[in-house]
Amino acid sequence: MQNEEKKDEGFGRRDFLKSAVAGGAVAAAATAAVTVPQGAQAQPAGNGPAPGYAFLNLDEAAFVEALVDHMVPADQLSPKGTDMGLAIFIDRALAGGWGKGDRLYMQGPWKPGVPSQGYQLPLTPAELYRAGIAATNAHCMKTYSKSFDRLDATQRQEVLLGLSSAKITFADGLPVRVFWSTVYQTVIEGMFSDPIYGGNRDKAGWKMIGFPGVIANHAQNIIKYRDKKLPPNFVGIADMS
Amino acid sequence: MPKVMKEVDAVIIGLGWTGGILAKELAEAGLKVVALERGAMRTPAADFSVPMIRDELRFTSRNEMGQNVARDTLTVRNNPSQEALPMRRLGSFIPGEGAGGAGLHWNGQTWRWTDMELRIRTMYEERYGKKYIPADMTIQDWGVTYDELEPYYERFEYTAGVSGKAGNLRGKIQPGGNPFEAPRQRDYPLPPLNQSLACEMFTDAAKNAGYHPFPRPTANASRTYTNPDGATLSACQYCGFCERFGCEANAKGSPLTTVIPIALRNPNVELRTHSWVTRINKAADGKRVTGVTYINTLNGEEIEQPAAIVVLCAFVLNNVHLMLTSAIGKPYDPVSQTGVVGKNYCYQTAAGATLFFEGRNFNPFMSTGGLNVTVDDFYTNWAFDRAQYGYVGGSHIFGGMFHGRPIAYRPMPADTPQWGSEWKAASAKWYNSAMSINASGSVMANRYNYLDLDPTYRNVFGQPLMRMTFDYKPNEHKVGQHAAQAINDLAKTMNPTLMNPATARTDPWSVVPYQSTHNTGGTVMGTNPSNSVVNKYGQSWDCHNLFVTGAGLFSHNSAYNPTGPVGALAYWTVDAIKKQYLKKQGPLVSA
Ligand SMILES: Cc1cc2nc3c(=O)[nH]c(=O)nc-3n(C[C@H](O)[C@H](O)[C@H](O)COP(=O)(O)OP(=O)(O)OC[C@H]3O[C@@H](n4cnc5c(N)ncnc54)[C@H](O)[C@@H]3O)c2cc1C
Repeated sequence: MQNEEKKDEGFGRRDFLKSAVAGGAVAAAATAAVTVPQGAQAQPAGNGPAPGYAFLNLDEAAFVEALVDHMVPADQLSPKGTDMGLAIFIDRALAGGWGKGDRLYMQGPWKPGVPSQGYQLPLTPAELYRAGIAATNAHCMKTYSKSFDRLDATQRQEVLLGLSSAKITFADGLPVRVFWSTVYQTVIEGMFSDPIYGGNRDKAGWKMIGFPGVIANHAQNIIKYRDKKLPPNFVGIADMS
Repeated sequence: MPKVMKEVDAVIIGLGWTGGILAKELAEAGLKVVALERGAMRTPAADFSVPMIRDELRFTSRNEMGQNVARDTLTVRNNPSQEALPMRRLGSFIPGEGAGGAGLHWNGQTWRWTDMELRIRTMYEERYGKKYIPADMTIQDWGVTYDELEPYYERFEYTAGVSGKAGNLRGKIQPGGNPFEAPRQRDYPLPPLNQSLACEMFTDAAKNAGYHPFPRPTANASRTYTNPDGATLSACQYCGFCERFGCEANAKGSPLTTVIPIALRNPNVELRTHSWVTRINKAADGKRVTGVTYINTLNGEEIEQPAAIVVLCAFVLNNVHLMLTSAIGKPYDPVSQTGVVGKNYCYQTAAGATLFFEGRNFNPFMSTGGLNVTVDDFYTNWAFDRAQYGYVGGSHIFGGMFHGRPIAYRPMPADTPQWGSEWKAASAKWYNSAMSINASGSVMANRYNYLDLDPTYRNVFGQPLMRMTFDYKPNEHKVGQHAAQAINDLAKTMNPTLMNPATARTDPWSVVPYQSTHNTGGTVMGTNPSNSVVNKYGQSWDCHNLFVTGAGLFSHNSAYNPTGPVGALAYWTVDAIKKQYLKKQGPLVSA
């Protein structure tokens, strides 16, 4: 379908926006024959996410694209993060029910608590993401005089290590650990969830590790493939709908 | 003023495993039963069909089968000096919501708890002396014995379609089963599941080490099965979407494929979904309950349902909450150690190692909810001398993986970076070439682990949330240290290429990562009203027409999963109601 092997590291944000429009049209045509599975809500079917961002503004999109391409670089194992649909996945997750705080107890009073008490911020995941991107970019401006998306790979690595170890602290009081764990969770979910949500495009995440997906009748296989690799055949929800 | 309905013979609060059993059995005894379930009705055909159900993001990351904590949750803290704060999203445990309850998205692992649990204080005192049990460890005998429960265990195993191999048939040790189990009259209804490579490798290593490995008994049907009630289960497909998912193949023993549809075909049963019970109503004299009050969550209307008998089947946490909000029984106070409702809340502990074998193919995604091999040498084996480790209880150790769903399961050596090409390479290299060995450990009751009402936070109905005060105590740390050591010793004999060793947990209990939905206690059963909420039949000491089911009856937690005795006790309670209570309405045990 789309060119998964595109390895152009210099592929910029605006180029991406343009190509996403073209890619979207291709994707729409290719998936027209597939019905959207029940419960998939308004997620695009198949491997081609609809173009455009539903939640992220331009600066946030630039941040997320830079982040996912740094965390998931293109190599022989998979295309880079944006080409796997990770930015689209994150955008859709933040724009949807989860991002808006579905299934989150949101009544005060609000106290920081201790880590074993879990999430205690008065923010929906989308609000947290927004505030965290702004705070990270503020840190980057202060340290490098550039926003995160304009940093080189070494500097990006430095920032991500600072976030993940909580060596960076945010001046505005947003807890960096909570922001980072949310970011990390969404990147992983984008890589490995079913492609109907916009990430794991062309099942690249599943192919990378050898997870067959929805095919799930292994009553025979558990004997037949004892200590053997299952022949590659990767099936997502859209393929069976 | 709430709308008042016509009185019925019995009202059942919650329609999961225990509610399903009670509804079916009481209706068959001729009682007019109303079952009130806070969630929706579900059917496997509509709600668990493929491909929709094979969605890790939806059902695992977003926990769609779990309770919606935006409406009702609890507050948590590790000890009474902390301020409890709300569990704002699901994590450590995932109570169910909707017909079938947690019995839909459970794994199916089904155990018989023996007298080592049911007579715990007596047995430890006899063997190790009174002083062996720490002063703040509030364990007590349950008031019921294994011999009394044996037929009811069998009843539940045959209802749920448990696959397994007997280890002790009427006193004779059987090869291939758990030699430490208590004697059973009949073997499991189904033979064990097909074993995975991890199961086989673990079995060999465990045998070489002198342990007694056996396939864990689990309600994942190893072949097509029709249970004694005529409900049919299909054979398990080893799809790897079991825990947290409904079963598309109807192969997981769940109330929705067994007791509930049978109950609902009986004209004596009326199910009202979207019916959230907020209170059990007490009679003026306080000796009986008169029924329940609930909210129709489709329109907000408050409704009163009078009933001659009320059965609390809403899962341990909600059962305790309803007892507290309805002011039935005296709330437990850890300072004076008086009161009973909320006392002896327990959980479980764990340790685990990941073993990497270059070039092997474990295919973790070909699995099911209970596919592992277990050694019980450090648990129900009473001959094992705990005094050398100084703990009460213990752990059992098992090899095998229940799934290979990739958001959650990507084993990697501990020193792997968290992102980048090296991380990708490690994910790819080890996904199919790793196996795990885990231990599940008991948690003994402690004076300071308990449930009560939170002074600050409320649910959407304006009721106080329940407050959970819980942490692991020195006993659990000792269990964890021994378990980690035993796992690592065994794992090393398997010569893995690399290994992430097991470590005993030292950090406080956290509400964040999923651990298990094996919450116990709070409505404990016991020998008299000063030490328990209900008698040995699950009957409230305060109000004789109120019966309580579920793992809240347990006065401590075993290393085993809870639903074997939850199911057995539900059948035991039903029998007591049918054979004794209906004949003479009053306390079944005199206080
Ligand atoms: C992921 C997972 C895996 C598990 N694996 C295992 C396992 O392998 N082995 C094992 O032994 N156990 C396992 N369990 C535990 C098992 O599911 C429970 O022990 C069992 O379901 C308890 O039965 P119950 O009837 O007490 O509660 P449930 O089956 O949960 O039913 C309770 C019902 O009450 C309803 N309810 C609650 N409050 C109200 C109210 N106020 N008004 C009306 N209705 C209400 C709920 O919506 C629910 O439907 C697992 C649980 C989970 C979540």
